Amino acid sequence: MRYWRDPLDAGQIEAPGGDVHILADRCKGCGFCVEYCPRQVLEMSREFNRKGYHPPEIVDSRACVNCGLCEMICPEFAIFCLELAASTENPSRVLASPGAEAEEAR
Amino acid sequence: MTVSTNPTVGQEMEHPSAPLLRMERIPHVWCPSCGIGTVVKCYATALERSGVDLDKVSVVSGIGCSGRVAGYLKLDGFHTTHGRAIPFATGLKLGRPELLVTVISGDGDLVGIGGNHFIHAARRNLDLLVILINNFIYGMTGGQNAPTTPLGAKSSTMPFGNFETPFNLPHLAASSGASYVARWTCLHIRRLTWSIEEAIGKRGFRFIEAVAPCPTLYARLNKLGSGLDAMRFYHDTAEIRNGADTREVDVSFQSPIICGKFVDEERPTFLDLMHDHYSNRLGDGYVPMPPEGGMLHER
Ligand SMILES: Cc1ncc(C[n+]2csc(CCOP(=O)(O)OP(=O)(O)O)c2C)c(N)n1
Ligand code: SF4
Ligand code: SF4
Ligand code: SF4
Ligand SMILES: [Mg+2]
Repeated sequence: MRYWRDPLDAGQIEAPGGDVHILADRCKGCGFCVEYCPRQVLEMSREFNRKGYHPPEIVDSRACVNCGLCEMICPEFAIFCLELAASTENPSRVLASPGAEAEEAR
Repeated sequence: MTVSTNPTVGQEMEHPSAPLLRMERIPHVWCPSCGIGTVVKCYATALERSGVDLDKVSVVSGIGCSGRVAGYLKLDGFHTTHGRAIPFATGLKLGRPELLVTVISGDGDLVGIGGNHFIHAARRNLDLLVILINNFIYGMTGGQNAPTTPLGAKSSTMPFGNFETPFNLPHLAASSGASYVARWTCLHIRRLTWSIEEAIGKRGFRFIEAVAPCPTLYARLNKLGSGLDAMRFYHDTAEIRNGADTREVDVSFQSPIICGKFVDEERPTFLDLMHDHYSNRLGDGYVPMPPEGGMLHER
């Protein structure tokens, strides 16, 4: 799921930040969250969980915009996202630089 | 493996839907990439958003993989016999009119063995919210042909492909008298959740069909891949046509699934009509059931 063009104000929008939590041992490795995360925050891990499935792992936590899609689509209640309080560690939550977004837009 | 990089979160937190679930029974029995769990998440989220008093919500299921839903929700729940979720829910609603009574069950359960109850509950416009999880097959018992199996699709009892015409569920519900009819797939998580939330706020027979992947039987017998492949199929082909004529929303094998809200027309419910009728006929002699229930002849 990618934008087909940049929103005109993409450079100014302050997107909320999200803190993704994965309850790895509850996951059954369906891949829904990885496939439909609009920000490519997740990838399937190569590691196994206790049940022998590959859970997702976070590859780009700063990209998360707390849209909650991963949490909604997960059939296992194994992933959720909380809003990241505006923190000093994350001073800039600008959606993306127009350049980066254009690359994604393919 | 990364679990959480946020320094403010020390230990593993529990899922936000946990208060609505019987966590001691999770992980649930559904297969990897089965869509039933996603429908449960949408229902739980809709309930939370609607702000209804959870002590006044009950959920009734029949038998099947989808029939196990009632057992995972931390609500007053009833796991009835096969096909009998609607009759049970009917009694519950009439005996405790204040309750929001939800039926969540499978296609085989609700329109196969329970099909007669389904059409009559819709005809009477009973105050029930019915969420039917349609995976086009009898999942739990090994993939037998269901009344929803598309023409040409294989099932364990139709190894050469199904030759029976399936039900068009939104049309069945609408033509039987349902006052709210919608269909979404498991991929339409937000729309499905909104639709459930909207239907919670309405009265009468409200029917929502949630199309869900059954990777273990329907998809395997038809060589359609995993649940993720089904999601991709919905993503690439499903069409949203709100207000569509329900005669035109039938599903054929791997055809685009037409989604949307098709009917939203309030009309008097069974209880409205019953109260009016007996009040007119019997006047003060008519004692309606109090909202919280009780014995009919107490007074
Ligand atoms: C009276 C009776 N007949 C048959 C069965 C066997 N049976 C259990 S579940 C089921 C089909 C369920 O299909 P569906 O409602 O589509 O649920 P799914 O498993 O696909 O979610 C059948 C036939 C039963 N339990 N009771
Ligand atoms: S909340 Fe949204 S952006 Fe963040 S990981 Fe989940 S799906 Fe991706
Ligand atoms: S959606 Fe849930 S079960 Fe599926 S891979 Fe992601 S965390 Fe695991
Ligand atoms: S058999 Fe099908 S419907 Fe039942 S849990 Fe498995 S995937 Fe889901
Ligand atoms: Mg079924």
